[in-house]
Amino acid sequence: MVWALPPVALLTLFFLYPLALVVQQSFRPDGGGPSIQPYTEVFASQAFRQALWTTVWLALASTAGCLALGFLLALVIAFVPFPGAKAVARFVDVFLSFPSFLITLALLFVYGGVGMANGAWTGLTGAAQGPFQFLNTPWGVLLAEITYFTPFVMRPLLAAFSQLDTAQLEAAGSLGARAPRIVRTVILPEALPALAAGGSLVLVLCLNEFGIVLFTGAKGVTTLPMLVYGKAILESDYPGACVVAVVNVLISVGLYGLYRVVSRRAGA
Amino acid sequence: MSIRFDSVTVAYDGDLVLDSLDLTVEPGEVMALLGPSGSGKTTALRAVAGFVRPASGRVFLGGRDVTDLPPYRRGIGMVVQQYALFPHMRVDENVAFGLKARGTARSEVRRRVGEALEMTGMAGWARRHPRELSGGQQQRVAIARALAIRPDVLLLDEPLSALDAQLRSGMLTELARLHRELPEVSMLYVTHDQIEALTLADRIAVMDRARLQACGTPQELYRAPANEFTASFVGGANLLPVTVGSGGVEFAGALVKVDTAEAVAGARATLCVRPHLVGLGAGPNQLTGVVREIQWRGATHRLYVKVGEHDVMADVSELRNPPRRGEEVTLHLAPDDAVLLPAGVSHG
Repeated sequence: MVWALPPVALLTLFFLYPLALVVQQSFRPDGGGPSIQPYTEVFASQAFRQALWTTVWLALASTAGCLALGFLLALVIAFVPFPGAKAVARFVDVFLSFPSFLITLALLFVYGGVGMANGAWTGLTGAAQGPFQFLNTPWGVLLAEITYFTPFVMRPLLAAFSQLDTAQLEAAGSLGARAPRIVRTVILPEALPALAAGGSLVLVLCLNEFGIVLFTGAKGVTTLPMLVYGKAILESDYPGACVVAVVNVLISVGLYGLYRVVSRRAGA
Repeated sequence: MSIRFDSVTVAYDGDLVLDSLDLTVEPGEVMALLGPSGSGKTTALRAVAGFVRPASGRVFLGGRDVTDLPPYRRGIGMVVQQYALFPHMRVDENVAFGLKARGTARSEVRRRVGEALEMTGMAGWARRHPRELSGGQQQRVAIARALAIRPDVLLLDEPLSALDAQLRSGMLTELARLHRELPEVSMLYVTHDQIEALTLADRIAVMDRARLQACGTPQELYRAPANEFTASFVGGANLLPVTVGSGGVEFAGALVKVDTAEAVAGARATLCVRPHLVGLGAGPNQLTGVVREIQWRGATHRLYVKVGEHDVMADVSELRNPPRRGEEVTLHLAPDDAVLLPAGVSHG
């Protein structure tokens, strides 16, 4: 019991207490006592609803994209023998340690308004503007998030694939199944727990992603974390910022709870 | 359907794992590929299944060259040591897998799945998952899954090695029964266990160090092995270094009368005698030696007797008063029970 105290104390001091402060602040409009007024105000605002919608669809779309792309790439790395497959798998690990804005920065260099792709285009055609102008739209954010978060799906998938008994794949082959059927009926069902784990992680990370949205400089793309930033830093509306933050936390925790329930049902 | 290996050679990174194998399995025949691990027997089986590409040589199924065909177009049933069942599918779904992959009609799938499960005695377990079954039951399901597609060729790769001894002998009987029920199916049975090979196979191909060492019926290989490896791997044998004389051979200073018709006088050779054909006490071809070790094996006693420089093994019916270690005993062997082999490793 005594040994449990230090970690609990640290957790309380550095994590639970600030969180409690945020929650407390969200019920305190400027200069007033406890009230749900900040909530009614925020919920009523068009900006909040827009941000909530943008956050959810971006997160869902990014997760779907990461799952599809990650499954495909992991499949190739794990089952299609090519020289350097091991090195690629290693690189996936390294990729996970990169900061998210780095990817966005790299995309800016390539596809940004004055990036390489547009530079090459304007140089070749003499046009004033390149054709690649999607980076500061929601599609740019989506591209950046899929690029950055796909390895988070691949990591658990590669681990799951390495556990898969190759004799099962051979048995399926000798029974007359071709590659697409083997992927669909043998590999995919056994990869479901890994997909659920990677997918839910990516979903939560995307809901809370800040750096990518900020770095793409997409003006029209305001997500909940961006809204918190805007309200707290730019508008000095702390109660409003805290309300959005609380909503963001609740969505994350709720999704995590849902994932636990689903994964336990799936027997993973 | 026949299986024919035509000089099939397989190499991994320059390492020869199968060296120019020539072998034909007749339609409906059970051929055992018997050998220690690393002898190339599993590689040969995988070449038939299509999971290994020969560096040279061709593989034929029923006269058709299948060397360049992918596994899914060979129509072969395959059963492996670790069952390789699909864990997320029920037993009946596992058995139906091959039929669905071939686009068999649904009513036909149901009928054939029932038939295959009936044949392997697993009909009562159709709706279970593999993890709910014992090892022996899982292997029955794997066999049912392979048989459901009605293959002309069944490949079995150490199918009983993961089972305990008692289950193994029961499954061996089951496999023999299945073969009687499906007499037209050719089986290639890879094993390192000579009992399995002797019990089940019509013919045995003995493999060692990537090469075929001998091929013949179990009786041929047991009674008249072609070389030292075959003699010791199939059944176990005394391999005694001898020098050919007239009318017999010289072993440890004694003359042993055996058939030397095919040997050159004065040449070195190996005398092969099965331990259970060596008798204790006086008789023809007497040898005298000192008991080095004695083991009680229930129905028999195994004696290790040092004759000259060499150990001679003798299996005799359980003795009332077995000799002690260090005691001098007399052994004998009938001239007909000994086979003369070309000199091999036993000469050191």
